[in-house]
Amino acid sequence: MICLKRSAPSRHLWKEGLISSICTLVSRVVGAMKSQASHPRTFSRGLQTVTLIPGDGIGPEISTAVMKIFEAAKAPIQWEERNVTAIKGPGGKWMIPTEAKDSMDKSKIGLKGPLKTPIAAGHPSMNLLLRKTFDLYANVRPCVSIEGYKTPYTDVDLVTIRENTEGEYSGIEHVIVDGVVQSIKLITEEASQRIAEYAFEYARNNQRASVTAVHKANIMRMSDGLFLRKCREVAENFKDIKFTEMYLDTVCLNMVQDPTQFDVLVMPNLYGDILSDLCAGLIGGLGVTPSGNIGANGVAIFESVHGTAPDIAGKDLANPTALLLSAVMMLRHMGLHGQAKKIETACFDTIRDKKVLTKDLGGNSKCSEFTGEICRRVQDME
Amino acid sequence: MAASSAALSLPKVFRPVLGLGRSGNPAKVWAAAASCRREKSTFVGRIIPPPAKYGGRHTVTLIPGDGIGPELLNHVRELFRFSCVPVDFEVVNVNSSVATEDDIHNAITAIRRNGVALKGNIETNHNMPPSHKSRNNLLRTSLDLFANMMHCQSLPGVQTRHKNIDIIIIRENTEGEYSSLEHESVSGVVESLKIITRYNSLRIADYAFRLAREKGRRRVTAVHKANIMKLADGLFLQCCKEVASGYPDIQFDSMIVDNTTMQLVSKPHQFDVMVMPNLYGNVVSNVCAGLVGGPGLVPGANYGTNYAVFETATRNTGKSIADKNIANPTAMLLASCLMLDHLRLHDYANMIRGAVLTTMNETRLHTADIGGQGTTSEVVQSVMKNIQSGRCKN
Repeated sequence: MICLKRSAPSRHLWKEGLISSICTLVSRVVGAMKSQASHPRTFSRGLQTVTLIPGDGIGPEISTAVMKIFEAAKAPIQWEERNVTAIKGPGGKWMIPTEAKDSMDKSKIGLKGPLKTPIAAGHPSMNLLLRKTFDLYANVRPCVSIEGYKTPYTDVDLVTIRENTEGEYSGIEHVIVDGVVQSIKLITEEASQRIAEYAFEYARNNQRASVTAVHKANIMRMSDGLFLRKCREVAENFKDIKFTEMYLDTVCLNMVQDPTQFDVLVMPNLYGDILSDLCAGLIGGLGVTPSGNIGANGVAIFESVHGTAPDIAGKDLANPTALLLSAVMMLRHMGLHGQAKKIETACFDTIRDKKVLTKDLGGNSKCSEFTGEICRRVQDME
Repeated sequence: MAASSAALSLPKVFRPVLGLGRSGNPAKVWAAAASCRREKSTFVGRIIPPPAKYGGRHTVTLIPGDGIGPELLNHVRELFRFSCVPVDFEVVNVNSSVATEDDIHNAITAIRRNGVALKGNIETNHNMPPSHKSRNNLLRTSLDLFANMMHCQSLPGVQTRHKNIDIIIIRENTEGEYSSLEHESVSGVVESLKIITRYNSLRIADYAFRLAREKGRRRVTAVHKANIMKLADGLFLQCCKEVASGYPDIQFDSMIVDNTTMQLVSKPHQFDVMVMPNLYGNVVSNVCAGLVGGPGLVPGANYGTNYAVFETATRNTGKSIADKNIANPTAMLLASCLMLDHLRLHDYANMIRGAVLTTMNETRLHTADIGGQGTTSEVVQSVMKNIQSGRCKN
């Protein structure tokens, strides 16, 4: 073997050290810059269009409530209502209507109410369809204890970030022989990298101190091992944020005893599903939990994760808090922090006062009264 | 029993062969004969306890494990010696850091020999390559310990957010997501197989319903995610429904796992007996253990057709608190009581259990994990004192 180049070892190492430290510095600067311009289309001037998908059941009334509150807050949002009932496209594949898709592609931001799960409609669940259409790879659920809505757990302040495209929910199942079924959990390097990067960026943009990867690599050595490896690699580029790893069972055990020890949690699909609902249960249920889905190409859809509640639909009894808090999350994503804070404070103050509350929060006011009270508070804050 | 009457009806010439002499109790001999055929028994029902050895003393395999396991199991041995429990321990050490599996196979052979084991958790270093499998999992699958049973009960003396919880969790212990069947098809794409079989699902459902009936429980809830994993969890749910139809006195319902965890932290009293596949069992049992006060309080049992292994319910190694005399011995002590119950030594089991619960609820000598300041040895001393005073009372 011909030795092509002979360089003095110490100089070589020095060069390597310099290059790696420059890389870290550059990534940090880029990261910092990105966090300033993380919302590339900051909407300090002019109206921003948001695609609104009211949904089914109580969807339309809570969407109206949110629109009213935003109007009272004078938020620079222009709503574009769209329906996403699946239609059969050319080639027989189910897809969302073209107007809805075009609107989302243009506005890049969406707010969605609860969608009915079709049982015998022939087409897959609408949420799944939306996820596939816009490649919504990250589901973000911040869980903060609401003062005034008492649960056994106080001081909860954590965020669960869940990989939303693969993992245990790939839907790849076969019956091998009669009575033996195998379900495949898929973990890819690309998806794990993407979600880890998003988690750390989110932590940086929202001034979060640590990110914890939740896994079960002691049992699923290769799959969760790959996920963990990717998280560790990404953590190298975000030295300002503390990175820890914890087993899923340990997280569950500690979460119900002391949820204050957790900050940002990142995990594959199934664990994310279970943990995000567990955390929602800690703060009071799906009726008060916001949620956001981040997709490729800058698309983000914020939604309320509760059901359509057909039994109270149209009776002005619904609680718009979940959709409102998701809309506040949306404002923060767009960079409109002032407006977001105003609306959020008004909402929390209303709940804390306990004078005007919907039935599920323990009061007996109507949805319109609750909305009116929040609007009044928002206007008073001007 | 039909078998004993069948044995009695055998012609006299055969009786001595089976040991059915004038003094032989047919039932005991049947049990002994049945245990000789241990390897061939199919899943049918009653788990046959191992026969007593010489002088009525049982031998139980003891696997210290890692972390807090060794110290807690030493306390168990100390307590058994103090209370004159007729159990001898055969200690088998498993070194989790070596790559060879000889240690764990020795342990498995010992358990096959004795039929019953008490173990601490064996650490799995998840940074080792996939060929280094989890020792605990290997033990469970080799011995076919298909049912993991955990009884979560709130202790009145322990401060928790929710009171009066009483849930039995039955978890399928051998298949599901823990099959350890993984492969990397293309670099960067890993598949992990979750296997659900009809045989194991029926078996675990049957175990759950039988246990519910034995303990006078009203409801069994199956936990699943069949809306997403339609074939796998769908099969599990279907098997549970089939078995449920054979137990009309017990109400059966099902719940999706994410809703279950949400309900557990807000309204845990709605649950009675829960049955589920492996991974959801892991999550739900840890949530429930957290609800009643933590990993130091709940014992767990792994039952198979022929073997039984007892340990703490949440299977923690407790590396950070090892050898500091601060670990909570309650879970391990209660697990040893479950083992004594399994060996039909009910008097000893009740004596020790009563003493432990008195320490927890009346004396309220708590370790740091449940908010107290006692050490492990102080708690064990208190238990021994309670046993002594209990004995004097009798």
